Amino acid sequence: MEQACINPIDTLAACLISAGATAELASFVQILIGVVLISAFPLVLVILLIWVERKVAARVQDRLGPNRVGPFGLLQNVADAVKLILKEDITPAGADRLIYNAAPIIAVLSVLLIWAVVPFSPAHIGADLSIGLLYFVAISSIGTLAIMMAGWASNNKYALLGAFRVVAQLVSYEVPMVVALLIPVLLAGTLSMQSLVRAQIGMWFIVPCLVSAIIFYISNLAETGRAPFDLIEAESELVAGYNIEYSGMKFGLFMANEFMHAFTANLLFAVLFLGGWSGPGAEQYPLLGFVYLMLKTGVVYIFSLILRATVPRVRIDHMMAFNWKFLVPVSIINLLIAALLIQITRLLGIAPAPGETDFLAHVPQAFILLLGNLALIGGILQALRSSGRRDRLAEQARTHGDETAIIPVGSGD
Amino acid sequence: MLELNATTLAFFVFAILSVGGALGVVTSRNLIHGAVYLIISLFGGAGFFILLSAPFLAAVQVLVYIGAIAILIIFAVMLTRSMTNMAEVVNRQWWLSALVGALLLLMLAVGVIFPVWGDGGLLPNQPVSDQVATTDELGTAFVGGEDYVLPFEVASLLLTGAMIGAIVLARDTEA
Amino acid sequence: MTVPLWMYLLVSAAVFCIGVYGVLSRRNAVAILMSLELMLSAVNINLIAFWRYGAPSDITGQVFASFVFVIAAAEAAVGLAIIIAVYRSRGSVVVEDVNLLRG
Repeated sequence: MEQACINPIDTLAACLISAGATAELASFVQILIGVVLISAFPLVLVILLIWVERKVAARVQDRLGPNRVGPFGLLQNVADAVKLILKEDITPAGADRLIYNAAPIIAVLSVLLIWAVVPFSPAHIGADLSIGLLYFVAISSIGTLAIMMAGWASNNKYALLGAFRVVAQLVSYEVPMVVALLIPVLLAGTLSMQSLVRAQIGMWFIVPCLVSAIIFYISNLAETGRAPFDLIEAESELVAGYNIEYSGMKFGLFMANEFMHAFTANLLFAVLFLGGWSGPGAEQYPLLGFVYLMLKTGVVYIFSLILRATVPRVRIDHMMAFNWKFLVPVSIINLLIAALLIQITRLLGIAPAPGETDFLAHVPQAFILLLGNLALIGGILQALRSSGRRDRLAEQARTHGDETAIIPVGSGD
Repeated sequence: MLELNATTLAFFVFAILSVGGALGVVTSRNLIHGAVYLIISLFGGAGFFILLSAPFLAAVQVLVYIGAIAILIIFAVMLTRSMTNMAEVVNRQWWLSALVGALLLLMLAVGVIFPVWGDGGLLPNQPVSDQVATTDELGTAFVGGEDYVLPFEVASLLLTGAMIGAIVLARDTEA
Repeated sequence: MTVPLWMYLLVSAAVFCIGVYGVLSRRNAVAILMSLELMLSAVNINLIAFWRYGAPSDITGQVFASFVFVIAAAEAAVGLAIIIAVYRSRGSVVVEDVNLLRG
């Protein structure tokens, strides 16, 4: 029973007990330190993230970005944070005080709580729940609530309008996201995040689930309100959206929440489709797994930053139509195809055994699924092309109808 | 007497959330506040599910009730502007309703809960075993084998019907 | 697990009765619907408590609770749609104003 105290990082509880603490106190302290570390990490990270985002956006737009405060402008965001803290904290007249003040806290919570189930390395995870993925989906739905509360409690019509938009957007894009997530779950046969990563040691899920990876990425962009779906803060139409009345640190919390959420979404993409911590040597040296995870996340994150700096904002009705008329049907068809192909490979006996870590064992199933995905993509592109051509012709007939139409309109009368 | 440990402490916190939130729902004048209280109460319920080792249902509770139903209710409150004209919150028979509620609680507590499951009651009030069915088995029960496939399909039919019905009912016919 | 079963049952009964009071006394249809949700949630706590203490190795209790979720979701969607339709035609969501069928 007696656990050896080797070093205070890996065996903290044992060390505390040997130093004279009771077993309950030791485990409590261990859990507390874990909680503080996991929740402090994204909060510190956010300062760096904003700097990265500003630098990348600046480079894309042929600017330099922040470069005055500290080396490479690294301290710019620290200065900004200090400014936000020093600002006056205003609660508008007629605001619903309690809800108004609770909203930013709930917003940050909704992101921080996700980090509890992120597997950082084979050995380090906040809590490897058996329902980890469902927990992620459930917790991210709380974020919607925070935005609704903020928009309503501000007693400002722009805030309320912004909140309505955002909630419509978030609730809608949850549907394709969840359906897309079902396919990795089907392949791995589990909802636990750690097992989902372990199932990818042989083959990353992005290969057999290409379409669902793309759908998950797009709907995650919308869920986190990043460009081209950043209608949450359409400055030109809604002044600033739901957080218009917020100032000082409460606004800071919303902003931190936005950046953290974007990063967390990319982190989850890396966990669910790019193999998480898996990589050569990760099992022996857990820290290496953490480095792999951060590298993968970084690549995806930089990609979303470049996307943000280059793609214009989508109009609200286009965005909703894109979701309900395109993403949802595609994700459902994709789910059907994937389920069918997975079942076929299992019946044929070429599916890898559960827990198989060899790359070659995964190849046949992944290849078949990838073919199915590519066929689906081809079909979608073909359908898009023909519908686009139809629209173009209809448009041409409408605008140049009187001059160039071969069949005169109304000739049947 | 109850031993005070993490489980019992969590139970009391969730009980307070649950009952307090419920009281808030039925007494608050402002319906948005009512919806927030509803969320608090349902959150307490989700906590109970975790304590009762049903984590899947706890997540579903948060996802369905808090993420969907509560949002829907808040939307309905705003769309119908029903929080503004709230001169009278309760109807004329509110005291009668309160009486009914209190009597029902009394009857349930004194007549059923304590005699049957109370300390020294007819039936045991501690779990018969700690062998808990897992989420895997829940999924298998729903779609694998003959257990609950038909009810599951009927439930999805009900949801589809409800969805179509809600769209038809709420659609603006003039537009 | 040291919390005895009756505590769960008592909390669930209390929430249920508060819901009954809300359904019977509130005038606003949305508030009535919220009270209904409370009652359904109380039923679920009851079901899961009985499942955990009575037959935890059998999955039936959780299956039942899942169906209650389905019913709750369907009920909320249709109920709120009806409320919105009534609001559109009557301009009010107070249930006493919806008396078109009264003779």
